[in-house]
Amino acid sequence: MADPRIIIVGAGPAGTRAAEVLVAAGLRPTVVDEGSRSGGQIYRRPPPNFTRSHDALYGTEAAKARAVHAAFDALGDRITYRPETLAWAIKDDRLHALKGSRSEALAYDALLLAPGATDRVMPLPGWTRPGCYSLGAAQIALKAQGCAIGERVVFLGTGPLLYLVAYQYMRAGHAPAAVLDTSSYGQQLSGLALMAARPGQLLKGVRLLRALRRGGVPVLRNVEPLEVLGDAHGVDGVRFRDADGSERRLACTAVGMGYHLRAESQLADLAGCEFRFDPAVQQWLPQTDAMGRSSRANVYLAGDGARLLGADAAETAGRLAACAMLADLGHRQDARTVARLQRAMKRHARFAEGVARAFPWPHALAAELPDATLVCRCEAITAGELRASVTALGAPEVNRAKAFSRVGMGRCQGRFCGLASQEIVAAACKGRVEAAGRLRGQAPVKPLPIALLGEDGRG
Amino acid sequence: MAEPRRRADVVIVGGGIVGCSTAFFLRQRGLSVVVLERWLVGQQASGTNFGNVRRQGRYLPQLPLANRSREIWGRIRELTGSDVEFMPVGHVRFLWSEEQIDVVEAYRREAATYGLELHILGRNAIREKFPFVGPEAIAGSWSPHDGHANPRLVSPAFARAARRDGAEIVENCDVLAVEKVGEDFLVSTAQGDYRAPVVMIAAGAWAAGLSAAFGQPVPLKAGGPQMGVTEPLPYFVHPVVGVATATAEEVIYLRQIPRGNVIFGGVRRGPASLGAERAKYDPDGVFAQFRQVLRLAPSLSHARLIRTWSGVEGYMDDNIPVMGASGKVAGLYYAFGFSGHGFQTGPGVGDVMAELIATGRTTTPIDDFHIRRFGEGGDAGSPG
Repeated sequence: MADPRIIIVGAGPAGTRAAEVLVAAGLRPTVVDEGSRSGGQIYRRPPPNFTRSHDALYGTEAAKARAVHAAFDALGDRITYRPETLAWAIKDDRLHALKGSRSEALAYDALLLAPGATDRVMPLPGWTRPGCYSLGAAQIALKAQGCAIGERVVFLGTGPLLYLVAYQYMRAGHAPAAVLDTSSYGQQLSGLALMAARPGQLLKGVRLLRALRRGGVPVLRNVEPLEVLGDAHGVDGVRFRDADGSERRLACTAVGMGYHLRAESQLADLAGCEFRFDPAVQQWLPQTDAMGRSSRANVYLAGDGARLLGADAAETAGRLAACAMLADLGHRQDARTVARLQRAMKRHARFAEGVARAFPWPHALAAELPDATLVCRCEAITAGELRASVTALGAPEVNRAKAFSRVGMGRCQGRFCGLASQEIVAAACKGRVEAAGRLRGQAPVKPLPIALLGEDGRG
Repeated sequence: MAEPRRRADVVIVGGGIVGCSTAFFLRQRGLSVVVLERWLVGQQASGTNFGNVRRQGRYLPQLPLANRSREIWGRIRELTGSDVEFMPVGHVRFLWSEEQIDVVEAYRREAATYGLELHILGRNAIREKFPFVGPEAIAGSWSPHDGHANPRLVSPAFARAARRDGAEIVENCDVLAVEKVGEDFLVSTAQGDYRAPVVMIAAGAWAAGLSAAFGQPVPLKAGGPQMGVTEPLPYFVHPVVGVATATAEEVIYLRQIPRGNVIFGGVRRGPASLGAERAKYDPDGVFAQFRQVLRLAPSLSHARLIRTWSGVEGYMDDNIPVMGASGKVAGLYYAFGFSGHGFQTGPGVGDVMAELIATGRTTTPIDDFHIRRFGEGGDAGSPG
């Protein structure tokens, strides 16, 4: 095929490494990215006039961040780079891309989706008070804006990011009031053997914990979050049950919450890719083969938007998916390179399985949320209303529950409430979460201005 | 779990608004009924349409049916026990050109003979009454008693009410064949057979295959409405809004729900396939739709679209539904092909079909919709 039209969505670690492989093969991919600079979420770059160093911004991950940024910058004009561009729809081998108020359809022969992940959040009474942030937002505030989310911050949830963000806050001079982890010590130990697949990463985690302890940051495990306290103007504490089952309160002015990650999979859905339920992470994910080929012939997937394996794996997956694309386009591939990348992916997968075991999504908490808890903040729908769509109205699965209750029909289109709402529906149906189905994605991926201009500049 | 009812007075193929409301009204008349739905009730055209409870602009001979339906809409909460968000806020069609004034004036006169009250409002009157309307509008045709409802809720509400009253509603049940065996129909499904002396085909876009199997082919095509909804905005568009135009590209309709979201559709239909459970919104159509939306309500230029959708609707060549007895096979009834405007009439169609099946006649004229207009006139005598 002469000059195949290749589009990569995402300029994080996966998209960067994929572009690098394709450029090395003499191709010229178009990279569509929402960010104003490359790096994705994990290696988010501050605005150009910010002066904090890579070491200050990325801590233990500084070398990797530097390498990924340098790799992207080195591509220069050998790619067509479209920053600040939202991929909002896919249909008939065309990607609809929005920049500012202008949208155009980009035809492709091959498409690599590397859109990354968002925080996985769990509703909680009081979680909509001003002063509650996701872990990712707390981290962005620090990385991109150089500020903390509050004076006295509690980090609540589970997963490696919980500890990493707490550590980064401590390093930036904002030692958190506490880290409250829903996972137990036993669960974390049970993940150790698998996480040993990447001893370096594991060691980093252990060091991070030790640094938090030395810094005097209390770390409580096996907690059950009960409420974010405060009023309409802000947060003044959290209420939770500790490992002994005693109810406790802790004063704070901000809460950073998150339960590991949620794959940004709507583009894969719009492209028509098939999904499967991954029991390890309790999420529906687009199917891929070992190379990153989706169920659609010309759609490839890499990074946390396809499998939640973390940033290092995203780099590997990006390279592999580019190799698969090249092979499918008739380019010869070095079998040894591919085999090496695949071995690396296996290690990443093993490590990620350990992480999932050590920091499980506490799905039972969603099922037990009090009826009055707001689940869908866009549409202001409570857990009780969502449950009633099952119990009183007879919705047998999540899309029907959405149709009845409007949970997931607001601005976020279920990107934030979707996973918790699936748990609530499944519990109300007295079934497993995978039996309650998967929320269907609909364009636009994010809101689209009505005053939209076309390629010709006409509205 | 109790054994499903395998035999009933009536089996209805298709659990859209027509199938579910017919089942409800058949129970009111004491007949036993089973509804067989391939997916979930009201999932296709009935659940994905715009939600227009509109009479004005309809094919005139359909107005008696639409009036009967409007009367049911007014009682729908008491009948079904559910709030389907029916809001009789009125329906206005704006005019962009002088030529349309004669057209809507003539329609107003004719509609009045069917008891539909319409008012033609001039340039100043529409601005006073509908301050949101764009500068191009020169007049409006106002139907004060029309309105809108939430299509996602209506068919399931009829299904629940019918079930409450003793109907059997079977979801996720694919009908494989419908045959006449002796006096009875045998309806084969993947979950077993059902028998009844009466069958009603209410399978929307999928109905043509079933009527053809009884030697009554019809020109029915699948099409997908192109629907979108904005983020919530202050509640400023109270009526349902449309356009009176002879130009297809100018056809647009929108409504706002009290929650604040503006729902719109129109301009052109997308493709839909009978082989797929879902039809997809065509993102290329978004520019043309937005242009027409902004002609109606320019202040929406500050709003954002948050979701699009489509569904599978069945369109007849002549845009007129097929409704009534088969006329060829005794005990066989049809109600399908509502061509993108069957939501308002849905409850009325259910009431009329139940009346026809139970009594053999209807007090509302439906002759214009008979399948015999496509040839193959009936010879198998009396319905019911």
